[in-house]
Amino acid sequence: MSFIKPTFGHPALPKNKVGYRKKDYEGVISTLCAGCGHDSISAAIVQTCYDLSIEPHRLAKLSGIGCSSKTPTYFLSNSHGFNSVHGRMPSVTTGANLANKDLIYMGVSGDGDSASIGMGQFVHVIRRNLNMVYIVMNNGCYGLTKGQDSATADFGSISKTGVPTSFQAIDLVGLALELKASFVARSFSGDKQQLVPLIKLAMTHPGFALIDVISPCVTFNNGAKSTKSYSFVRDHIEATSALDFVPKEEEITVNYQEGQSLEVELHDGSIVRLNKLAKDWNPRDRQSALNRLQKAKNEGEILTGLLYMDTETKDLHRLLNTVDTPLNQLREADLTPSIEALERINQSFR
Amino acid sequence: MKPTDIKNPEYFHKVVDCQYACPAHTPVPEYIRLIAAEKYTEAYMINWDSNVFPGILGRTCDRPCEPACRRGRVEEEPVAICRLKRVAADNKGEVKSLMPQIPEEKNGKKIALIGGGPASLTVARDLAPLGYEIHLYDEWNKGGGMMRTQIPAFRLPEEVLDEEVNYILDMGIHTHFNTYVNSMKSILDKGYDAVFVGTGAPKGRDLSRLPGRKEGDANIHIGIEWLAGVAFEHIENVGKKVIVLGGGNTAMDCCRTSLRIGADDVHVVVRSEYEKMKASPWEKEDAEAEGVIIMNNMPPKEFVVKDGKLVGVLFGHVNPVYDENGKRTLVPTGEPDTFIEATDVIIAIGQDNHCPWIERDLGIEFGKWDLPILNEVTFQSTLPKVFFGGDSALGPENVITAVAQAHQAAVSIDLFCQGKDVNERLDPMVNLVSQKMGIHEWMYDSAVADDERYKVPHADQKFSLKDRRMEVELGFDEKLGFKEAQRCLNCDIQTVFTTDRCIECDACMDICPTSCITFTSNGEEEDLRSRLLAPATNLTQDLYVSDILPTKRVMIKDEDVCLHCGLCAERCPTAAWDMQKFLYNVTKAHTGCISTVK
Ligand SMILES: Cc1cc2nc3c(=O)[nH]c(=O)nc-3n(C[C@H](O)[C@H](O)[C@H](O)COP(=O)(O)OP(=O)(O)OC[C@H]3O[C@@H](n4cnc5c(N)ncnc54)[C@H](O)[C@@H]3O)c2cc1C
Ligand SMILES: Cc1ncc(C[n+]2csc(CCOP(=O)(O)OP(=O)(O)O)c2C)c(N)n1
Ligand code: SF4
Ligand code: SF4
Ligand code: SF4
Ligand SMILES: [Mg+2]
Repeated sequence: MSFIKPTFGHPALPKNKVGYRKKDYEGVISTLCAGCGHDSISAAIVQTCYDLSIEPHRLAKLSGIGCSSKTPTYFLSNSHGFNSVHGRMPSVTTGANLANKDLIYMGVSGDGDSASIGMGQFVHVIRRNLNMVYIVMNNGCYGLTKGQDSATADFGSISKTGVPTSFQAIDLVGLALELKASFVARSFSGDKQQLVPLIKLAMTHPGFALIDVISPCVTFNNGAKSTKSYSFVRDHIEATSALDFVPKEEEITVNYQEGQSLEVELHDGSIVRLNKLAKDWNPRDRQSALNRLQKAKNEGEILTGLLYMDTETKDLHRLLNTVDTPLNQLREADLTPSIEALERINQSFR
Repeated sequence: MKPTDIKNPEYFHKVVDCQYACPAHTPVPEYIRLIAAEKYTEAYMINWDSNVFPGILGRTCDRPCEPACRRGRVEEEPVAICRLKRVAADNKGEVKSLMPQIPEEKNGKKIALIGGGPASLTVARDLAPLGYEIHLYDEWNKGGGMMRTQIPAFRLPEEVLDEEVNYILDMGIHTHFNTYVNSMKSILDKGYDAVFVGTGAPKGRDLSRLPGRKEGDANIHIGIEWLAGVAFEHIENVGKKVIVLGGGNTAMDCCRTSLRIGADDVHVVVRSEYEKMKASPWEKEDAEAEGVIIMNNMPPKEFVVKDGKLVGVLFGHVNPVYDENGKRTLVPTGEPDTFIEATDVIIAIGQDNHCPWIERDLGIEFGKWDLPILNEVTFQSTLPKVFFGGDSALGPENVITAVAQAHQAAVSIDLFCQGKDVNERLDPMVNLVSQKMGIHEWMYDSAVADDERYKVPHADQKFSLKDRRMEVELGFDEKLGFKEAQRCLNCDIQTVFTTDRCIECDACMDICPTSCITFTSNGEEEDLRSRLLAPATNLTQDLYVSDILPTKRVMIKDEDVCLHCGLCAERCPTAAWDMQKFLYNVTKAHTGCISTVK
């Protein structure tokens, strides 16, 4: 049994713009079951942060409870981290973000963590448009507590228990669109080609960004009759578009036929190119996303890719009109009014 | 690309870089693991089976395995494979009883071996257990060939040499020492069933056309003759100032020997650049550490003789210039010549093959450079019953090459004597066994140690330079040996992929510390090499390609920098990856009757 990863990496792999190797973004060796989709998502996060040349100390990863919520230990060992209480990651992130808006916030949760115990927190953090990436590692079960059906398990889907799910599923993506989340996407742990650019996009988005990632639980929910298994997802997957994320200052090399692709400039100058667009769908039109999602559901497809994005969105800090300086950097002198100021205030009430 | 055929033993053999590079294909990682487990005797016997002289080679081998070692591609330095071999030899227990028994009853065939070096001794060892009556001829009074006459005792103590030579001579070999064979015809006339020629490359090159060569002769020596003279104590001292001409290992042995028998000012002067010298880097290092001065790009022009006595050598200065084909010309720089004082000069500029004793009308044909015309697989000459091996076969190389060739010659001789076709040779013995013990447990120590290569301790120069028999290298002790052994990456523990088990979860690709594994669409090799997770630029290393997977992709593994850490197999939910120990054993004449230890 290996407890420690070898320190050697591929000698030919380059360093990124800030001088780090991809290895520098990894965490300790995973203790999840071999083959768990969550590990692939961790790998996608590592790839993303390396590609975007994120300085590890500029990122905080936060999570709740569950196999999914354990993953922050398995990536970005050099970043800040907080493993909170079950379903409470959003409020802890809210606190952290209010205190220091200069960090990038990467929230990791599970379907149990978000759609059951944490549902209240989930909807409110959307409502507040907290500037964060919110990744749900969605396996349709409570992996950590031995595979009970979760609220995202599809009606009729059969996990290792052998009993079909008797309740209707909560679709986190549909819910987020309904709540007017400013960025909504869905992906699959087994499709890094899509997942990595989506996380890049979400990290660049200046508000709340949800990515619901279907992530098979190999141990409890990967049977032939589960709708969250590797094979079922592969057989039913559909994408709104193919995705190309071009960070600012980088040349665009690929050219696609007009009419089939769309280019969106992001607030920081990066560009996202969407190719092979789905019919009647526009990522900046929430209604078209809702329609497309509904259509996929009716046809028994799993719709993935970017669903909706509001590039002009205002996050919580802008809504609250906070000062530019992160609150945790404000010193006593900035916060305590002087005697004269107090005098002036009192005078105004006379 | 087509799926890799792992049933072809050569595929996995090539992954074991060290073993593949070893001319005798010694199962290196297998014996290194045994050393780490303190099973020195077993480690010794694995070596002995393959390379016949573990104690000797553990000190003197040219180590072609080390530049090939995968570790050297992952970090600075390869595993000290050669010196680990010595750890096995130094710490082994009783081994004689593990060696093959020699049958009382002979098989009725008589073989002559001409020359008593490693090549002939290997043939003797491989054939004696099969009941052959073996007659070994050598001009010296003991066996060992150049291992005795050339390799100085400060690199190879006589006891070590005697021990390993005697294991073979004790197999009932009929030795004819102090016998220079001066006629092949006379040997053939004796009615041997087969004759093996292992006479080496006995002639040291001279610089006979250089002015002053004749006049200074009393103090100008031919390297290999001079070293043999020292070894047999015909030469006991040398003058104070010595110049050695030449840049190979012979030159290194000559300069270091000079320091030990009277010289205190020794120059090695070489025509070529430092980097292009033939001597192994460690030989140069050791010589320089003892105070030898190496001078480069200086061809000799004249032996300067005054009043009938050698006083030094005059050297020119050149610049090496390479044309587009890499061919070198030495262009004089125009600098004034340099005179270096010397009481003695030793010429060590190479050896030639020389078989004046083989009559040219016997049917044994010779080609370029007076080398015999041979089949390079069977080592059979144009006279079917005569076989060659070692330096006399394809030109001067080293001990391990002599051993490897001799194994093949022995197989041929055995087939020949049984009246079989020498070209119908048995395949190597191979074995592939899963190392799985539990969910995440392996039969080998899969963790990868970070340690840098350990240095072999040396004897104090104060003493070693005064005694030409005192061994300079002290060898690793058991503790250092263990640590160095832990650096081995276990490249013989193969990653074996079963396509129809894979569910394409990516876990193996994600965990692999050296980014060896990629799942992607298939393509031509060149194209594939460029679009893997990490570009596969080392073309000497193969890509392991799976069958087509359900998503129409293939699994591609670049073997280049795989650490054999087993993490891919540990993270695979379906055991599509397994770690399996691959054993590859070259078939030898005696295979089957040796009592190998497990
Ligand atoms: C100075 C020097 C240092 C070396 N150091 C190393 C080293 O560190 N490591 C290494 O791997 N290799 C080394 N080598 C090379 C190595 O010694 C040879 O490659 C190897 O010994 C060749 O083995 P062989 O059996 O072919 O012949 P040899 O070892 O040369 O043995 C041939 C024997 O046959 C005898 N002989 C020749 N003709 C006749 C005849 N007609 N009748 C009877 N006997 C005859 C010779 O005297 C000799 O004893 C060194 C060589 C030299 C010159
Ligand atoms: C307050 C509280 N209630 C219940 C639990 C038990 N518990 C631990 S993990 C978990 C479910 C996790 O499911 P999910 O978020 O989907 O994570 P997964 O393991 O599937 O990745 C539950 C109910 C807990 N740890 N804390
Ligand atoms: S139980 Fe399921 S979710 Fe948890 S680590 Fe194992 S495979 Fe992943
Ligand atoms: S054994 Fe597997 S995980 Fe380890 S380096 Fe080799 S391919 Fe990668
Ligand atoms: S871990 Fe196993 S099942 Fe998963 S992709 Fe690799 S080989 Fe296939
Ligand atoms: Mg879950």
